Amino acid sequence: MAMTGTPTRRRPRRSLPRALRFVPSWLFWIAIAFFVVNLLGLVGTVVVSSFGTEWFDSWLPQGWTTHYYATAWGSFQLADALIVTVEVAFVVVAVGLVLGTPAAYVLARKQFPGKKLLMLGFLLPIMVPPITYGIPLATLLYKLHFGGTLTGVIIANTVPAVPFVILVLTPFVEQIDPKIESAARMCSANTWQIFRRILAPLMTPGLLAAALLVLIQTVALFELTFLVSGPGSQTLIVDLYYAVFASGIRPEQAISAMAVIYMLTTLIVLIIALRYVSPTQIVAQAKGNEEETDA
Amino acid sequence: MSSMGTLDLPRVQAPSAQPSWRHRLRDRGIDRLLWLVAPAFLFLVLLFIYPSVYGIVLSFQPMDHSGFLGNYVRFFFDPFLRGTIGHTFSIALPASIFNVVAAIPLALAMRRRKRSQRIVNVLLVTPITLGTVLVAEGLLNYLGPRGWVNRILMGIGLTDKPLPLLHNMWGVIISLIITGFPFAFLLILSYVSGINPAMDAAARTLGAGASQRFFRITLPLLSPGIANTFCLTFVLAFSVFPSATLLGNPSGDSHVLAVAAANAAFQQYDYPLASAISVITAVVELLMIAIVLGLRSRLYSGSTATGKG
Amino acid sequence: MSALAFTKLELAAVSRQFKGVTALADFSLTIRNGEFVALLGPSGCGKSTTLNCLAGLLPLTAGAIYLDDERVDLLPPERRGFGMVFQNYALFPHMSVRKNIAFGLQMQRVSRHEIVRKVDWALDLIHLTEHGDKRPNQLSGGQQQRVAIARAIVMEPKLVLMDEPLSNLDAKLRHEMRTELRRLHRELNLTTVYVTHDQEEALSLADRLVVLRNGRMQQAGAPEEVYARPANAFVADFMGYRNQLSMVAGPVEGDPTLTRLSGGGIELVANGTVRGQATVAIRPDGLTLGRTGVNDIPGVVRTVEYQGRDYEIEIEVNETTSLFARINQRVTAGDQVVVNVPRDHVMVYAAGADPEADESRRDPIHERETV
Repeated sequence: MAMTGTPTRRRPRRSLPRALRFVPSWLFWIAIAFFVVNLLGLVGTVVVSSFGTEWFDSWLPQGWTTHYYATAWGSFQLADALIVTVEVAFVVVAVGLVLGTPAAYVLARKQFPGKKLLMLGFLLPIMVPPITYGIPLATLLYKLHFGGTLTGVIIANTVPAVPFVILVLTPFVEQIDPKIESAARMCSANTWQIFRRILAPLMTPGLLAAALLVLIQTVALFELTFLVSGPGSQTLIVDLYYAVFASGIRPEQAISAMAVIYMLTTLIVLIIALRYVSPTQIVAQAKGNEEETDA
Repeated sequence: MSSMGTLDLPRVQAPSAQPSWRHRLRDRGIDRLLWLVAPAFLFLVLLFIYPSVYGIVLSFQPMDHSGFLGNYVRFFFDPFLRGTIGHTFSIALPASIFNVVAAIPLALAMRRRKRSQRIVNVLLVTPITLGTVLVAEGLLNYLGPRGWVNRILMGIGLTDKPLPLLHNMWGVIISLIITGFPFAFLLILSYVSGINPAMDAAARTLGAGASQRFFRITLPLLSPGIANTFCLTFVLAFSVFPSATLLGNPSGDSHVLAVAAANAAFQQYDYPLASAISVITAVVELLMIAIVLGLRSRLYSGSTATGKG
Repeated sequence: MSALAFTKLELAAVSRQFKGVTALADFSLTIRNGEFVALLGPSGCGKSTTLNCLAGLLPLTAGAIYLDDERVDLLPPERRGFGMVFQNYALFPHMSVRKNIAFGLQMQRVSRHEIVRKVDWALDLIHLTEHGDKRPNQLSGGQQQRVAIARAIVMEPKLVLMDEPLSNLDAKLRHEMRTELRRLHRELNLTTVYVTHDQEEALSLADRLVVLRNGRMQQAGAPEEVYARPANAFVADFMGYRNQLSMVAGPVEGDPTLTRLSGGGIELVANGTVRGQATVAIRPDGLTLGRTGVNDIPGVVRTVEYQGRDYEIEIEVNETTSLFARINQRVTAGDQVVVNVPRDHVMVYAAGADPEADESRRDPIHERETV
């Protein structure tokens, strides 16, 4: 920035490039570090609080205990919530894939009248705030006696899941060369054989990515479950919300312990999911396919 | 799915003059393959469109029989309800603008750091997986008057008394940045890596400096992606609910649209009013998106990748 | 080989329209068993459409396709028994070379033992026996191409369709594969329909050439015939008749079989009976340097391109007209020369007989359909 001698009018033009090139390289790490420190701070607060005995006006609690995990496990019926969460997540993923995959295929491959409108229709559930359609959906589900049941929670959660699968999968299908399907057809394969032997294996990375994202989304999605669930059909996150909302009834440390259990659950789900699919691998596979067919 | 086997096999041993309307329909893309969208479409109609229409119809039937538009009149004449629009915007707009503006230089810097990309990705994906409720719970302690943030601030003498970061819109905005920024960053990063690096090189050979390359090549190419990212983070921020009730002041400056709708439905059991607020929420949000996307189409529309499939 | 017992494949007035644009109009062609037919034309001429209609990947708008007396155009592609080689190979990326080749046989429920035997045979045929377990992306372009060919011919198809199969290869490999294709065609007694935009490729491979433009057949015939006697100015241009002149044709006194041409500051005598406005086409290698007494044109050499065996030179005859000649003696730019145009090498086409002549090159219709 400190340039001397050059006429004033040319100065900004010449010094700005250097500034732009220079600033991000240290700003980048400071910004990322700032973000990560705060992230660790908020996660750390929860973890520390869950193991602490009394924590008022000090940096760390006065003593340490695991006692509150037992309290949390007992008083929030966490075992039930865990089972519900896992059940809901996996059923929603399955339904989402079964309904979304064929639709994604057609939307990627075909042009037809009304396609744009249909795409918009599939985008809307992701775009509008869940609470806006969640309230009438919940009202409807209660009328049909699904309110408060596990089925109701699953139904509500599939609403954003199916569009999500379509959104993730469509580009995956698009980058599979349609000539590969034609080639299979010329090898006497019928539509079902093409799907099973050609498309399904080629789409696997996309299917896994879609499954993973829907899984994460469903575990973390609060509003819809909050609106539809009742006692016995609440997922962890809704349980946690009620616990935080009504804090004061139970010791704060127990709520923190519950939050830690929730974090561990999502972490385990994420680790299991990432064992089967890593985001970088998806990209690599997609690129690989592209090169193979284009080369 | 098992019906696929028969979908594309026209086993018709049709006479020589095949009806040409079928051919014409097929040219326009209407054939049996289209049935594959049917399950998802049916699902959309039953679980999204039907409830939405039901909600819209319900919103025009106020409980106090104040006429067709009663709920809407009530919303716009009641300052407490009307104020929710302003509250929602004053939380969602700063948060999403910050997320996008911060994400652009960082994503551009990230492009040159391929090796650290993986670890940064993992660090950033974490808050997305944690979800809004957990972030809210964590921030309650972290940002509280006796939390670590205020301890540090007071420790280094930046402030005498704890900053009021909770139970006002600041807490909500911070939580929206923590959950929304990674999202914006990853999206912008994917748009950045979609830009053909050859264009930057080409501009360089033509004598463009770094700032000229940024403002005249990268930024215009990135602008549709920026608009899309802004829309998505705005959507996330606009539907703020758990953080507004937990971290904010849900009867004051974080009385947002979603909170008003939920209160109407579950505290006053006034479903028509709740539906009306939902309709207003959706309309306002979609209007905002339409404006941004409208601006986007005036900026630059075309391929960012050139040649890269 | 076996099961190929058909005598002729007939395309009867085949038409294909897409969204109101005619991609192929009234196309009739009979292909004999064992024939190698090349469909030639610029991009958007309808050659790929013809191939996809034959394959069954595109439906016909009108017309019919018969295999001997059986109508096949209503059959889906998987029941026609044709093999196809795609432009970018379209190999299945998730399968090994062996599995790619075996796929079609598996679809036809051939016994496992038989599949192994046939795949071994096909791998040997394309000289890739030791690469059988590799994935397509581990192979070079030429090897991938050979796998694509093996995958098509291992099914012993009645007809092999090839869609610009060599266009992604470099020049040297392209030449080798050309020889290879010709060898396979002869050894296996295949019937082949081959689509290309490369006239050299078409001339060297085909028994019969079909030139297309804007969805219409321009000429069909033996390569030598099409090359030596293009049916119109468009075919001539495509066959490398680089000198195209707009001239006026008149009678030659005393000889009704001759035509006197004038235009662009040149006078020529040619065979033929065309009168009036005409397009004249001459191949560069039809011109020679030196004076013979008839059709001698003086000019100045402007550019010289060395082509390995000979030179392609541009001769400026006057301000408006230049001629291209292919000669084997060395000249330099600026030399004063006299070119001679032998009468037999001058093609004369009546102008106006061919209204689409120029428009086609400027505005090709690209059929953008996903097949």
